[in-house]
Amino acid sequence: MRLGHASMMRFLRVTALAAVVALTGACATIPPTAGSNPVDPLERYNRHVSEFNDRVDRALLKPVAQAYADYVPSPVRECVGNIFSNIADVPNALNNLLQGKPAAAVSDICRVVINTTVGVLGCFDVASKAGLEKSEEDFGQTLGRWGSGPGPYFVWPFLGPSTIRDSVGRVVGFYTDPLDYVDPVRTRNSLWATRLIDTRASLFPAEKVIEGAALDKYQFIRDAYLQRRRSLIYDGNPPRERDPEDEPEQKPASAPDQPNAVPGR
Amino acid sequence: MKSVSIRNMGKMKHLVAVLAVALFTIAGAQAQGTAAANAPASVTAQSPDALVLTLSNDVLDAIKKDKTLQSGDLTRLNALVDEKILPYVNFEKMTQLAVGRGWRQASPEQRQRLTKEFRALLVRTYSGAVSTVKDHQVQMRPFRAQPTDTDVLVRTQVVPSRGDAIQLDYRLEKSDASWKIYDVSVLGVWLVENYKSQFASEVTQNGVDGLIKALTDRNRQLETATRKS
Repeated sequence: MRLGHASMMRFLRVTALAAVVALTGACATIPPTAGSNPVDPLERYNRHVSEFNDRVDRALLKPVAQAYADYVPSPVRECVGNIFSNIADVPNALNNLLQGKPAAAVSDICRVVINTTVGVLGCFDVASKAGLEKSEEDFGQTLGRWGSGPGPYFVWPFLGPSTIRDSVGRVVGFYTDPLDYVDPVRTRNSLWATRLIDTRASLFPAEKVIEGAALDKYQFIRDAYLQRRRSLIYDGNPPRERDPEDEPEQKPASAPDQPNAVPGR
Repeated sequence: MKSVSIRNMGKMKHLVAVLAVALFTIAGAQAQGTAAANAPASVTAQSPDALVLTLSNDVLDAIKKDKTLQSGDLTRLNALVDEKILPYVNFEKMTQLAVGRGWRQASPEQRQRLTKEFRALLVRTYSGAVSTVKDHQVQMRPFRAQPTDTDVLVRTQVVPSRGDAIQLDYRLEKSDASWKIYDVSVLGVWLVENYKSQFASEVTQNGVDGLIKALTDRNRQLETATRKS
């Protein structure tokens, strides 16, 4: 991402503030089982960063997003969300093409054309009503399609959950994000900030559920993220991974006469 | 910069609403009405995908018509779940899969408590999202299974009046003559899978009783929170 000098100073100031905020509280409490899950060898680091992100979120992003949700009328927010969603269809098309899905890529481009014209710059999602399904693709998924495994779960400061593969994807994604090519820099940063706030505001209902439903918020989010990524790569139809511990207890306790080890095998 | 991962998680807002639908579909809520008395027998004799469709539509209808359900009345929700749930969902299997290795170590009494508390947690947590499913519609996706299969995947999608469709899938198992749901996924995130790590951690650190306590405490916490509001 290209930042002008003034924006860079502002960014550094924000980061410094965030660091102070984060350091005023202790780091996360790490449970003794941390690091034992094979998908998350970096769990100790990840938990600390997640805790940091939570604090920054609570101190800075959430209040702004809350104000946005409270004071901006719902149709306006929906329009804003749709406009950014429309912009995102451009990298969607690109990634669909890279994944060998030309039909989906063409569909994405049609969506952009229809929504930008008839849908007034994307404010109205006319294309979905016309039957053109929305894709959700990014370069991390493209890498997954090409055969890359996810690599360890990895939480970025500020940016949130990721994996090694998805992080590579994200870097590439910066170059395919249309917002990155908007000049002047002030406009680009304003757009970027608006998108961030809009997305954050849309997460409030989910957040309430997670607070209640999760025994361990970190693990809940991690596992949901990893499952979601896997599902996205297979476009909603991932092959089933059988957990060997899921073997059903069909036999009652009083059936020791069926040895399951065949000697000599 | 948070766009990619947050956008992916951004659909979590739908996860809330749709998981509520799934839960009540699992709960087997039957719409009030003429067929209610005879419904259980005829419904369980259906094929798994027909079963899911019937239940989903019944749940959505019940929610659309009942204002108290829409406002998240917990007593009403629990009543519905208690009455209609047992024939259609296998909460015990769901809990067993989520608890994993700990289940084998647990006594029948502990297993009962685990199932009870897990179910309570799910109902309590997702009931708040019920009011948002007023104008959703369920569509079935292609169902592929052999007639001899005893464990199937039923795929649906829930379409709101505004916004993207949400993928909602169910796993059902055949026991005796009837099909029962034992897992549900929203946007590719399976419920059982998502609790496995948390439950396993708790069991490793504090044993099965520790897990029961954690669930019970959380339920009590949520109940006090609901009472206050």
